[in-house]
Amino acid sequence: MKIALAGNPNCGKTTLFNSLTGATAHVGNWPGVTVDKKEGWYKKLPEHIQIVDLPGIYSLSPYTPEEIVSRNFIVDETPDCVINVIDATNLERNLYLTTQILEIDVPVVIALNMMDVVQKHGGTIDVQTIEQTLQVPVVEISALKNEGIAQLMKVTYQEAKQPRKGTSLFTDTTLTTYIQCVQAKMEQQNVTNSLFHAIKWIEKDRIERSNQEVVIKDTEQWEKKIDTSAFDGDMEGMIADARYQYIAQSFAKMSQNKKGLESTTTSDRMDRVLTHRIWSIPLFLLVMFIVFHFVFSEDLFFLNGLFGIEISNPGWINFLTGMGYEDILAETIENGEAAVLAGIPSLGVFLQNWMGWLTGSVIDLVSGIMPEGTWYTGLICDGLLTGLDAIFSFLPQILLLFLFISILEDSGYMARVAFIMDRAFRKFGLSGKAFIPLLMGFGCSVPAMMATKTLEDEKERDLAIRLSPFFSCGAKAPIWAMLAAVVAGSFLGDIFVFSIYVLGIVVAIVSALLMRAFGKKVDVPPFIMELPAYHMPQFKNLMAHLWEKFKHFIYKASTIITASIIVIWFLSNFQWAFWTGMVDDISESMLADLGRVLQYVFYPCGWSMGQDGWKYTVASITGLIAKEDVVGTMSTLGLTEDTIALSNAAIYAFAAYNLFTLPCFAAVATAKSESTKKGFLVTMAWWLGASYVLSMVIFWMGKLFEIGWYLGLLAIIVLVVAMVLLGEFVVKKRKVAK
Amino acid sequence: MEKYLNELSPKAFGTVKKILAEGKMKRRLYDMGVTPGVGIVVKKFAPMGDPIEITIRGYELTIRKSEAQTILMEVK
Repeated sequence: MKIALAGNPNCGKTTLFNSLTGATAHVGNWPGVTVDKKEGWYKKLPEHIQIVDLPGIYSLSPYTPEEIVSRNFIVDETPDCVINVIDATNLERNLYLTTQILEIDVPVVIALNMMDVVQKHGGTIDVQTIEQTLQVPVVEISALKNEGIAQLMKVTYQEAKQPRKGTSLFTDTTLTTYIQCVQAKMEQQNVTNSLFHAIKWIEKDRIERSNQEVVIKDTEQWEKKIDTSAFDGDMEGMIADARYQYIAQSFAKMSQNKKGLESTTTSDRMDRVLTHRIWSIPLFLLVMFIVFHFVFSEDLFFLNGLFGIEISNPGWINFLTGMGYEDILAETIENGEAAVLAGIPSLGVFLQNWMGWLTGSVIDLVSGIMPEGTWYTGLICDGLLTGLDAIFSFLPQILLLFLFISILEDSGYMARVAFIMDRAFRKFGLSGKAFIPLLMGFGCSVPAMMATKTLEDEKERDLAIRLSPFFSCGAKAPIWAMLAAVVAGSFLGDIFVFSIYVLGIVVAIVSALLMRAFGKKVDVPPFIMELPAYHMPQFKNLMAHLWEKFKHFIYKASTIITASIIVIWFLSNFQWAFWTGMVDDISESMLADLGRVLQYVFYPCGWSMGQDGWKYTVASITGLIAKEDVVGTMSTLGLTEDTIALSNAAIYAFAAYNLFTLPCFAAVATAKSESTKKGFLVTMAWWLGASYVLSMVIFWMGKLFEIGWYLGLLAIIVLVVAMVLLGEFVVKKRKVAK
Repeated sequence: MEKYLNELSPKAFGTVKKILAEGKMKRRLYDMGVTPGVGIVVKKFAPMGDPIEITIRGYELTIRKSEAQTILMEVK
């Protein structure tokens, strides 16, 4: 037996789904769109019941992918019953969807959620009236407190056994006759769900009208009889209005709560501060800062920086650094000092340390067992485990960052962020919500890309994914640090690093503008969004969410990422005649030869010229495993602060290349699973293209500066003018489109 | 007096007279309960002056000014 859950966003559907299915839940994708398809099993009845969680929707209209998959599922895949979850605190808008679902020939049970909240506010809802009016069973539940769920499933199970004919709420005689007329014509052509299809057809629904198989003729006379003057002849508007009027008339006497338009709720009071004209933006930045602080800070609450709190107890240091005390001790003995830990690490850093201890122990254990010097020991220890170690050391921070975002999303704050920031981001074809994934890019691209799930528009999601690696992530920082040390001789290293970060932001903005200028779709997605009441995020929901991402990450790590690591390991440890055994030196390997060929490709970028040139291309390739491997490979190949012989222009070009090119495999894999197919291909092309072009431009600009500052300045002026012209072109194109 | 929704100031009340939007945006407005005759209270403007937060049918909805421009209101 298959049962679908349908309902508005924020109606408690997810909580209900999680308590129904528990550990059996599985998240996949609806075919062709990047909308989550959640399925699971309810096992507390004699027969196991499959539960499909449809995306949260307000209507069965034909516009968003969420609405289309939901309606196709109910109409075409014929579930045995639909549970329509209704938020009792917002009966009017929630029942609007119900009136549409009831038109389909499927058994329906209404789950009236959050009745406890209504009662708390002194309101009452007459369940019997709803049952009698809509002719389907209504069960009161509290998804949050896990109440009424067994009863809901019992009723659903019984209801699913009897077929139900779709019912319409329209009582207006002319409209009813019109509907019956179209419905009869549809039945002649053996259309199932004829009532639903007839009403959608009358609404001039895009999908219904483009259906070539059904031919409906000679209905103009009926349409003319209907008075649509209040809607300028717009049937769609008239029917939507009729639904709302019907709900208002049938259930007007029920007071959901005593909240009038003037009285205030807790949510209102919170919004007075959190969406305040002046305070909201600083508060939002503070929230984001706190999130980052808890995930990445080495000195929690600046205890050391502000109060000089240090830890010198070896046991505590051992605990906080994940058994890393030995290293600290060895280092300090060398310097002749006492071992001290500067401040307490944040939760993210703490977990990262322990993760490092765990993966390190596994590597030690395995390499202890395996024979030394064989190719398979190399493959497993040096290749696979070391590569996975580099990725897994980020896992605690990735998940923690994602957990914080889930909390912000579930509490309802994310909708407010969109409200606050929308104005600033609209110009770039993004809504305010996109600020969070982009900002998170500074931490790690993987959770940043995962967080794009909160964006509603597919195109916007693709764009945010495309831009997120341009915000220099934590793993890229070691590259900048090393390169800064090289350039430090001639100008300030910290200005160099700072300029890299700024460059990333500028390029992200320009990329967004370019996409907008040359993309097919010129209009910004409409921004008509509910601001749901704030509520406490549910631990169960958060964990279910996190577990899903964890599983997904492990799956990716065990397939595409592992495969990539093995390929790179193989290329860097064998020569072309690989059967002759492993090479002693990476410079004799296939990867080195590959680097020597690619070297020519990157000649225009400056940094791959000369004898050492291939080493930079090789380092860029190994950087795909994890970005900090760029530094590791360079030092293996003998490129350190003292031996890098590039000009400043070439170093800057190399940095730009690594900032904009493909991110690590983990991020590429995440991008692939979170974007649309076409979007992903454009994204890959954009990363490869932007990195190459920008690297080249920067190198030659730098060259001009080296010849004479006035030439460099001239080039910059030309570039800025070109940028302004581009901006004007965008504005013009937008105006034409309007 | 007739006014567009974006011209209302915070705390102002009005009833929807007509929706001038087209296609996807129009349908979205209808689906969210913005239909002729419904009462709307403007709650506040976002920090950068746009979008607008309104109370409609007992819940909070945010909408851009450019979209609010397509909603003709009857204001007392």
